[in-house]
Amino acid sequence: MIIAAAAAGADPELIVDSRFGRAPLFLVYDTENERYSQIENTQQLESAQGAGIQSAQHIAESGASVLICRHCGPKAFKVLKAAGVAVCTVGNIPVSKSVAAYIEGNLEPLEEADVEGHWI
Amino acid sequence: MVISIASGKGGTGKTSLSVALAQALSGRVMLIDCDVEEPNCHLFFTDRPDYRVLEERAVSHPVPEIVSDLCTGCGACSNFCRFNAIVALGSSTPLVFTELCHGCGGCAFICPEHAIMEIAEPIGTIIRGSFGEDKTLVTGKLTVGGVLTPPIIKEARKSHNSSYDLTLIDAPPGTSCSFVTSVRKSDYLLFVTEPTPFGLHDLQLAVEAAKDLALPFGVVVNKAAETENCITKYCREADIPLLLQIREQRVIAEFYSQGKSMIEASPGLKEELIELVSTIMKSVNREAV
Repeated sequence: MIIAAAAAGADPELIVDSRFGRAPLFLVYDTENERYSQIENTQQLESAQGAGIQSAQHIAESGASVLICRHCGPKAFKVLKAAGVAVCTVGNIPVSKSVAAYIEGNLEPLEEADVEGHWI
Repeated sequence: MVISIASGKGGTGKTSLSVALAQALSGRVMLIDCDVEEPNCHLFFTDRPDYRVLEERAVSHPVPEIVSDLCTGCGACSNFCRFNAIVALGSSTPLVFTELCHGCGGCAFICPEHAIMEIAEPIGTIIRGSFGEDKTLVTGKLTVGGVLTPPIIKEARKSHNSSYDLTLIDAPPGTSCSFVTSVRKSDYLLFVTEPTPFGLHDLQLAVEAAKDLALPFGVVVNKAAETENCITKYCREADIPLLLQIREQRVIAEFYSQGKSMIEASPGLKEELIELVSTIMKSVNREAV
């Protein structure tokens, strides 16, 4: 199983990034080999719009079956749902703890976006 | 001749001046309200017995619709789109977010299977009305919640033709694409400002924009309390034509609050505005020679 999380940096001990669409990178954990890899996401920092959509597309392409983030807006959620990726939100906890919480079955996937869109 | 009235800072009196100019000048005059997010010119006309709505038509822009049977899921459309309005999801039909679409038509053009059709999505309205002897008011109005102003502004501007002695464009505030679409290629850009630090700051930004657009421009100071103020000083130092100062008068504000124009509040202004347009025309004709 592949678990993706919005991250502020390459260290899994850092807190899950407060952003999804403009998170600088995603940490991707593979339960098979118990290793983290990264997906860069900095091009989204310059997007005028649709950063969540583009980031969701990266997550879908990574093969992840779940995304862990702090919040997820409606357009990103629509893309992830269409791609079959579950979305779980967490609070101020490190990526590693959020991944562990998911594996232990302690995280509930969202039924719908938990925040509104930013602009359009 | 086409004169655009802009400002930089909002609330300086663009609409007030545009309406007053449209009323003051004689002949065949057109006033186009290009502040499509919040058009205001019509507020000075709709209650009057001489105003008549002639036409109301919808404005739409093309958005993609994907024919699933033809789509192979190649993702070329998604890769092309700069606005993240189409999302490829492997083999299934891409998702379309029409609210992000800028109507460029690139996805339909690039699709190797010709699987993308362009359908018209309504985004606003154009209302054409008549007032006075032979004058026209054109109002561009963006649908509430919409974000794409340029297609409506362009459509509103199409109403102008050479049968009009004078066309006035009431531009939106600021210097972004709404402003540019409203004023570009007009004959003269008239900036209305107020003698305050904010007024000056935003006027300076607007002047930069006018230079980038290579449009001749001049300044009118509205709500002037003193003859010598921060705007007169700036215009003198930057060698910018200062064409008129409209004195701050409470009666103008009172009349405005009742939907009555500057001309009605201060009848002496009519001659000054006729003179203003005459000065602009001479300046434009001098440049043309």
